Amino acid sequence: MKEYYNIVVVGAGPAGSTAARIAAQNGAKVLLLEKDREIGIPVRCGEAVGETGLKRILEPKPEWIANKIEAVRLIAPDGTIVKVYHEDIGFILDRKRFDYDLAMMAGLQGVKVVTKAYVYGLIYENGAITGVKVLHLGNHFQIKVKIVIGADGVESRVGRWAGLKTNVRLKDMETCVQMTVSNIKLERSYCDFYFSNQIAPGGYLWVFPKNEHLANIGLGISGEHAAHKAPLLYLKEFIEKRFPEAAVLTTVAGGVPCAPFMDKVVTNGLILVGDAAHQANPLTGGGIIQSIIASEIAGKVAAEAVKENDVSEDRLSEYAKEWEKENGSSHRRAYRLKEAVYKLTDDDLNRTAAAISKKPPEKQTIVNIFKTALIQHPKLIPDIIKMFLN
Amino acid sequence: MIIVKTDLCDFCGICVSVCPVDVIELFEARLVIDQQKCTACLNCVKVCPIRVLEFDK
Repeated sequence: MKEYYNIVVVGAGPAGSTAARIAAQNGAKVLLLEKDREIGIPVRCGEAVGETGLKRILEPKPEWIANKIEAVRLIAPDGTIVKVYHEDIGFILDRKRFDYDLAMMAGLQGVKVVTKAYVYGLIYENGAITGVKVLHLGNHFQIKVKIVIGADGVESRVGRWAGLKTNVRLKDMETCVQMTVSNIKLERSYCDFYFSNQIAPGGYLWVFPKNEHLANIGLGISGEHAAHKAPLLYLKEFIEKRFPEAAVLTTVAGGVPCAPFMDKVVTNGLILVGDAAHQANPLTGGGIIQSIIASEIAGKVAAEAVKENDVSEDRLSEYAKEWEKENGSSHRRAYRLKEAVYKLTDDDLNRTAAAISKKPPEKQTIVNIFKTALIQHPKLIPDIIKMFLN
Repeated sequence: MIIVKTDLCDFCGICVSVCPVDVIELFEARLVIDQQKCTACLNCVKVCPIRVLEFDK
């Protein structure tokens, strides 16, 4: 680790590694810092991703893909199963390999990668951010940079230190727990989503198979609901009931900001990406693709700003503007739908499943499912159509 | 004050994000709360997926 870089990226998840790689590709000297001992673990993620989305950002490597998904099934509170008619297929990733590879790709572009490096503060000179304070293997370092990219995940303290409002309201935080379990028997080509206020109030429970005998089973519920009963308890009850013989190989906790679109993601000398910038889709909680797209923009803008020797908020706003254009209206749409969907009662959900089940398979589309579920919200129909037909 | 049951903690950082006064610090395997500055809003206690935090009057 040297004393000076053009750009420091805090956090080596998919967002951080991508921002670092693209900035380096565009000529910047980049330092990528990760607080944990190894990139890619622990995996705090259900690991599902759409094929179209993934291929938009990167050519998938076979070793990233644990399993191919052919269909999504939605399970209503009364047990009715709706198989969603859809042409896009999906993947269950091996996030450990995926994250590791993204960091490796950054390294191949000349990015200096340092693990076990904890960033605990920003350095200011004459009111401008000029670096970060780092604790690495018991030693304190001051690293001078032109731009700090905060990719520090759900905690998002880097942004807060610079005065950006990254803290999340309880109602907008999905609080999650996931177990990777074996000794179960599943249809490996289906991703199952359970919607029920008994199983996962203000969210959903997922069963994402890695093969016939291994799956990520997790749930996310809103922080408001979690106040009354712990997500871990909901998940234990579900697994004991549905998969009593399951062997639990891993348990991870985590949070996903399912928050309104964050307008202000830059300030003088600082850019936020990924969960730190609340870029996950608030309806689904999925964030890998959006984070990587945003980070590509951020890395490029940051490298150019360094070259021009102008790291002002005004200059870096090019990233915020491009990101708004890329995802602003789609994010706001998803947030509106989330607000309505997670207020549905179990009766609403059962009614929806019953009505959809009567339709022919090719009419059991995600658009029709949402239209039926949100029949009391005709104003949301344009949102539903735009959200899922793009 | 907020008690951290470190043995149970998964160090996921969700509590850090909902703290309105930014007094929680997460290291790789250590969670530190500045009790002097904590306003006892209990957001962190409520949001924790695995109930690591407890409020003790």
